[in-house]
Amino acid sequence: MKKIVALLVVFLVVACAKEKQSISRIEGKRITISDSLPADQAIEDYIKPYRDRIKEDMSKVLSYAPIDMHKNDGELETTIGNLMSDFVRSQSEPIFNKRTGKNIDICLLNHGGIRAPIPKGPIKTQTAFNVMPFENSIVVAELTSENVHGLVDYLVTAKRAHPIAGLTIKLDKDYKLLEALVNGKPIEDGKTYHVVTSDYLQNGGDRMNFLKNPVTLEVLDYKIRNAMIDYFKSVDTIPARLDGRFVKQ
Amino acid sequence: MKRRDFIQHSLATGAFVTLGGLSLQSFTANNAKKHITILHTNDVHSHIDPFDANDARNPNQGGAARRASLIANIRKENPNTLLLDAGDIFQGTPYFNYYGGELEFKLMSMMKYDLATIGNHDYDNGIDGLYAQLPNADFEFVSANYDFTNTVMDTHVKPYKIFIKDGIKIGIFGLGIKLNGLVDKRMYKETVYNDPIESAQDMSRILKEEEKCDLVICLSHLGYKYSKHPDRPSDLILAKKTKNIDLIIGGHTHTFLPKPTIEKNLNGDSVLVNQVGAYGLYVGRIDFYFDDEKNVIANGKSIIVK
Repeated sequence: MKKIVALLVVFLVVACAKEKQSISRIEGKRITISDSLPADQAIEDYIKPYRDRIKEDMSKVLSYAPIDMHKNDGELETTIGNLMSDFVRSQSEPIFNKRTGKNIDICLLNHGGIRAPIPKGPIKTQTAFNVMPFENSIVVAELTSENVHGLVDYLVTAKRAHPIAGLTIKLDKDYKLLEALVNGKPIEDGKTYHVVTSDYLQNGGDRMNFLKNPVTLEVLDYKIRNAMIDYFKSVDTIPARLDGRFVKQ
Repeated sequence: MKRRDFIQHSLATGAFVTLGGLSLQSFTANNAKKHITILHTNDVHSHIDPFDANDARNPNQGGAARRASLIANIRKENPNTLLLDAGDIFQGTPYFNYYGGELEFKLMSMMKYDLATIGNHDYDNGIDGLYAQLPNADFEFVSANYDFTNTVMDTHVKPYKIFIKDGIKIGIFGLGIKLNGLVDKRMYKETVYNDPIESAQDMSRILKEEEKCDLVICLSHLGYKYSKHPDRPSDLILAKKTKNIDLIIGGHTHTFLPKPTIEKNLNGDSVLVNQVGAYGLYVGRIDFYFDDEKNVIANGKSIIVK
């Protein structure tokens, strides 16, 4: 009898070891994270100091907006667009000049990159995060005169209020180009121009292909949002104006 | 592992024998029904707090603290649970802008995430920014098609990881999306992107044939599918062009699948493809029940998605 039991044990062990596990049934579903689930207190407590610090910082008042500024308050130029291109240029100019000894001629941003309006009243850190939630960084691309003409053609064809500075464009009533001036002067053949823009656009974002192969490229390591915050801190009330930099007759 | 299996089985057998009169049939039945639960998230994008009560699209939904309590409850119900993330952990709220991903990784560690793969936005503070946050992650990262050899991430990301839960061997590999054109080269530096479909074919062979895994899972940040670019590598293409993968957990396209998709692989076997949108609004749950192979052959395999 003992022998038989021993044999049975060996047999069972062998049979068992050989038996491979295989999937017999799969059930799949998704679970909604709704407010009917209790919040884990340890996680909640852990988050709190991080959240409080952000809230405190976000609610700091940096400047003041005299009116509501949004990206559709003009046809080819807008108050918020003009503000953006002006401060990107003015905040970048000293850094670029110090590094290269050269000056910025033009600023070009994209209309789609303005993600929120600036409401009338106190401007908080939160405002900068709303307007510019992305991590886009400032670069200066040196363009040939051909590519600057390409830039102008792009703006004329797009008929969209892409923010510009240093460049003025006049169109006739049929949106045909009448005049394009860089700092008051016609674009000179054979000359190169320094265009400050975002890394996103320089990399071909919004199909701005004229930015893709610049003569030189200077990466400022300065985020647009940080430039905005620095600029807000430096002014008491921000300007809100349309100045005819991009107009149609 | 083989030896431990043997010991466990022989102990069980001994117990049966002393009880006496047990047939082989009942022995098999007793060993059946192992149960592995897979929980997964993707594209959480730093959404640590729930959406506002007056949010237009997702009022009062999401939030890390609620997700944590859900996960803890499921783990209590089934300790043989794995918690996975398919990338884009970073970027989307000021938590990332202020703390660079520190809190995201710390909370995921508190929730006991087991494994994650890398999404394109996890490069948003550059590969050095990702590397700097690694000490805050108690979980590991897998990617089979990113070659990190000449980067700071070298040796910190493996192609795959194997878990053993209740004697079930689970092999999980990662796949990342093409970075060129999506992420600035200055951010991803010398990360080399290799063909994800080829990498997946290699991985599934290694995990199934060499490592002899019972369950093979792919953590993918390729995207669910691209209607306008049907040839672009996606989870659905991956499912069709490979074999031996049981589950593909996806991300990147923020696809809110109400239930997992069932696709046929090269062998005509079923593959589950799942993705739970974004922002921690949902958690995906896939339960795998195991039985002895011969019972599965006799009784068939069922897949229930709802």
